[in-house]
Amino acid sequence: MSAPTKMPGAVEAVLMPFLNILVALLVSGFVVWSLGEDPFFALSLLIEGAFGYEEAIGYTFYYATNFIFTGLAVSVAFHAGHFNIGGEGQAMLGGLGLTLAVFWLGNTAPLLSVLIAILGAAVFGAGWALIPAWLQAYRGSHIVITTIMFNFIASALLAYLLVGPLQRPGGQMPESSDFPDGVGLMQFHEVLAAFGVNFEQSPLNVSFLIALLAALAVWFMLTRTRFGYEMRVAGKNVHAAAYAGVSVPRVTVIALMMSGALAGMMGLNELLGEQLRLIGNFTLGYGFVGIAVAFMGRNHPLGIVLAAILFGVLYQGGAELAFEMPNITRDLIVVIQGLVILFAGAMPHLLRRPVAGLFARLRVKGAA
Amino acid sequence: MEFLTDILLLSDSTLRIAAPLILAALAGLCAERAGIVDIGLEGKMLAAAFGAASAASITGSPWAGLVSGILVSVLLALLHGYVSISQRGNQIVSGMAINIMVAGLAPTLANAWFSRGGQTPLLPNEARFTEITLPFADLVADVPLLGAVYSDLLSGHSLLTYAAFAAVPLVAWMLYKTRFGLRLRAVGENPEAVDTAGISVTLLRYQAMIIAGVLCGVSGSALSTALGAGFIRDMSAGKGFLALAAMIFGKWKPVPTLLACLLFAFVDALQGRLQGVSLPLIGEIPVQFTIMLPYVLTVIILAGFVGKMEAPKASGIPYEKDR
Amino acid sequence: MGVVPAIETRELCKRFGAVQANDRISLSVEQGSVHGIVGENGAGKSTLLKMLFGFYQPNSGDLLVNGEKLKLDSPSDAMAAGIAMVHQHFMLVEPFTVLENIILGAEGQPMLDHAMSDAKAKLIGLEQQFGFDLPLDTEVSKLSVGERQRVEILKALFRGADILILDEPTAVLTPQECDQLFDLIGLLKSRGKTVLFVTHKLHEIMAITDDVTVIRAGKVVLRTTTKDTSPDALAEAMVGAKINRAVERAGVDHGAPRLRVEAISAKSDHGYQALKDVSFELYDGEVLGVAGVAGNGQTELLEALAGLRQVSAGVVHLAGEHVNSPQKLTDPIALRRAGLAHVAEDRLKAGVVASMTATENAILGYQREKDFCENGLLKLGAISETANRYFESQDVRPRDSSLPVASFSGGNQQKLVIAREIARDPQTLIIGQPTRGVDIGAVTKIHDQITELRNAGKAVLVVSADLDELMAISDRILVMCEGEITGIVPINEADECSLGLMMAGAAPSDERQGSGA
Repeated sequence: MSAPTKMPGAVEAVLMPFLNILVALLVSGFVVWSLGEDPFFALSLLIEGAFGYEEAIGYTFYYATNFIFTGLAVSVAFHAGHFNIGGEGQAMLGGLGLTLAVFWLGNTAPLLSVLIAILGAAVFGAGWALIPAWLQAYRGSHIVITTIMFNFIASALLAYLLVGPLQRPGGQMPESSDFPDGVGLMQFHEVLAAFGVNFEQSPLNVSFLIALLAALAVWFMLTRTRFGYEMRVAGKNVHAAAYAGVSVPRVTVIALMMSGALAGMMGLNELLGEQLRLIGNFTLGYGFVGIAVAFMGRNHPLGIVLAAILFGVLYQGGAELAFEMPNITRDLIVVIQGLVILFAGAMPHLLRRPVAGLFARLRVKGAA
Repeated sequence: MEFLTDILLLSDSTLRIAAPLILAALAGLCAERAGIVDIGLEGKMLAAAFGAASAASITGSPWAGLVSGILVSVLLALLHGYVSISQRGNQIVSGMAINIMVAGLAPTLANAWFSRGGQTPLLPNEARFTEITLPFADLVADVPLLGAVYSDLLSGHSLLTYAAFAAVPLVAWMLYKTRFGLRLRAVGENPEAVDTAGISVTLLRYQAMIIAGVLCGVSGSALSTALGAGFIRDMSAGKGFLALAAMIFGKWKPVPTLLACLLFAFVDALQGRLQGVSLPLIGEIPVQFTIMLPYVLTVIILAGFVGKMEAPKASGIPYEKDR
Repeated sequence: MGVVPAIETRELCKRFGAVQANDRISLSVEQGSVHGIVGENGAGKSTLLKMLFGFYQPNSGDLLVNGEKLKLDSPSDAMAAGIAMVHQHFMLVEPFTVLENIILGAEGQPMLDHAMSDAKAKLIGLEQQFGFDLPLDTEVSKLSVGERQRVEILKALFRGADILILDEPTAVLTPQECDQLFDLIGLLKSRGKTVLFVTHKLHEIMAITDDVTVIRAGKVVLRTTTKDTSPDALAEAMVGAKINRAVERAGVDHGAPRLRVEAISAKSDHGYQALKDVSFELYDGEVLGVAGVAGNGQTELLEALAGLRQVSAGVVHLAGEHVNSPQKLTDPIALRRAGLAHVAEDRLKAGVVASMTATENAILGYQREKDFCENGLLKLGAISETANRYFESQDVRPRDSSLPVASFSGGNQQKLVIAREIARDPQTLIIGQPTRGVDIGAVTKIHDQITELRNAGKAVLVVSADLDELMAISDRILVMCEGEITGIVPINEADECSLGLMMAGAAPSDERQGSGA
């Protein structure tokens, strides 16, 4: 059973994940159908909603930006052998760090404020990962459970701050005052307008580029640096790591803080790129989507970027879909997410046998 | 006297809150003792809560609700079993997938079936497991202390709460006194030994998952048809994870797990009572902080300040015949 | 009796992918006899056994038990046919009691209390009949290896087995425990049981079997009665060609000790005292073999020397430098820089990362060296060149360093590890289980290499569970039992019997423990 059935590398890297996602989408289509809607029409609405017009494309990549950050966060932890489910809480704290930096520095030097705000997001995100990371590394506490708990704690903390000290004076909603004028990330349509290109307004902003840079940095870290090497060794075999003189607890803590920093930077896109204020629960489950994105992208940064864009399509297209079809809500996207994690993450070998069999047969035919 | 009433009230809500936790923790215990880590307790609870509320709402019978709650939960447990046992997939990933899927599917279906923004209609009392007054409760209510304990604390819970407490000795008996339990414990420690003894590892693990599914199903049904009166979005609120933490704290043994659940429930009950109360020296604690209490407690407990936790040796590891 | 064989196989074949593990194996085991099966590691013995036990199913061929053709689809089918197997790794549930382990799968009834009391009654009879004395209510985790093996045998008898298959039963035992086992086998035979005894140690075959079958490369190469053969004939059949194993040895040069271990103690991962007051010296130009039954502190000793386990008392000096004490632990990277290389005892557990490529594994432990890494960045070109050089120098096959290490055979993995560890010309080498899971061809090469290192004046310490191996390559043998040194014997004074007594903790009457210098 365990003997791996050999297949061409491209099949392994591209076709298998694609097939797994196809199965997830098939099941999702079945859910749509059972809700009394036409899955094919739903699919066309979804694609139209994601790519049909400039604003839609902008939104698609806007959502994708969140997913690149959270997907990278999950994958960095995974390479170090850990499952960080705390992306949600780390993103909230990242948002908090960013907000505090912005209010602290004001808009006397907007560029500096933005830079420090980015740093604040990363540092707070990393900080929120530190305790679960330390507990995992030095006390062996189950990081899956501790990070989940830290999500709840972060949510309550943010709720407290946003109806307390950080609430907009005189406001009723759980949200902060607006960021000072001029402190924020440029949106794409503004950037393009500067070059004389007309693009419909959308929340897509510079943080998309920051996300791509982060993906590049993660790839470089994993494959080109000594730390990345030691982290992967520790993630795959703690005994070999100790043998090689790698301090596993230290690597664990650093990797999980990197993971937390990446999750924390999700706030750049949502808060500094669009909302321009801190709002309660702005993370909307994007931290969890990161799990699906990471698995779909096979924990490779390029794969994660592609998977994030696919999820961007699902989110933006799904929003349109929910608008057009009365029986479908945005919750459906969460279902699809779960199915993708199930098929691409937990059962990567579901279709292995039949596909390998097919290839074996093709090869025999080719040889004959 | 008022102090005594406070204690009684607090203990009463502790028991009530503990019930779903105990059932879920026992579910996790059965799965993990058989070698399968079940992070998906949360999702199964939520799915069962939805299934039970929907069926109870449509049929008007809490029993129909319970049956369908159990059914839904067992199906998900089998799905997790299929991934973990037959596909030898990553059990943590599978559990999370189930949690996320259910978090989306339950409100989606609720919306499609009941059009109430992802909730089920409020259940009338006939469609719920309501409080049962134990025999003679009224009679002995006036007996000092013991009477109050009997009539206020022990009496007046739903059937499912009693079921939860009954499940503890039942599971303990199953684990330690039956052939099945012996095999189940063995398969979580050394599946190869079980296999070479001529017992099917696969079948045994699926059976354990079914038991876990049933327990989780009752737990979820209790949420929506006994403690609550209908399904609301995310109503499990991390209880599945708290249950898992309680199981670890209880060292994978039924009675210590029960005690851990009672501790969690007590903290939860306490935080409910603390809301809006002004404490000496500290003043009024913001509600958001009291809400954090059980979660903070979980982290502290998992931080290992209670001694070494040793999980069943084979838990989380797919069994492969040819190594 | 005697007419129908207890077990007969006819042209039994088993393939795994492209590998023909068993090729038309025919064999016949007489009832009430002790039948030996010999072969090198990887010859196909285990595959054959697993088919006899219903764990694997043959691709073709027939299996007859007591003259009846049977198809064993699972171990329970085999048990129903009266066949039981005592595995090399015991199939015991450690936190269970002896009794619980014995009844597991043969409880007879759904309620444990009854099952246990019934079983106890039956076991008392069995224990008397076969001379067992096992504490039924003790947790297996508290038993010695020899006792655990007896639990396995009792478990088989409890299930009514008439045919017992013992897979390398002596590999984990002291010579004295082996004698006990042989006595038990004799008793089993006298009570009419049939025993299949699998080993690669020829003197055991000569000592207790009636008939013997030799397997090489998946085929039966010799079938004979034991009294008509000799160890030499068996060895030749087993290995194929006669191997000349006389290695030139230079004399030991006793200067200052390279490694000086002074009264060290250390705790195991489970918290018990694994090393107690251990002292010895390792000199340049010698191979010091460390013998002992697995689990008597050798693992912890290796770890303490390699900078992986801090001692709780005592000091380790490497070339006069103080490297491990309760106050200070020099980490493995610094030790490697100080000229100490370490071949880990359990290759797949610690020596390599199986899912990473051979290239990536070629720098494991040396990833911080200037040749491979500068300013925190890896030098990928240099790393891949190095890996290819290792492949050439050690003849690692297949010659593709981009494959994950898991896809190489045990021998080729070990060659890669050894290449990596000797590449920097270390003055001190500590090697755990140099040839475990390694095919015979590679074994010879590894032994020669160790001797060459020694002759080049290196200090080499080898821990091995295989006493024969240590006798072949060591200058001195250090014996450990329960975390203590029970003897250090120069090779010309060492014999298996006295080493065995030391392994069992009973020092021989004439005190031979000395400095060895």
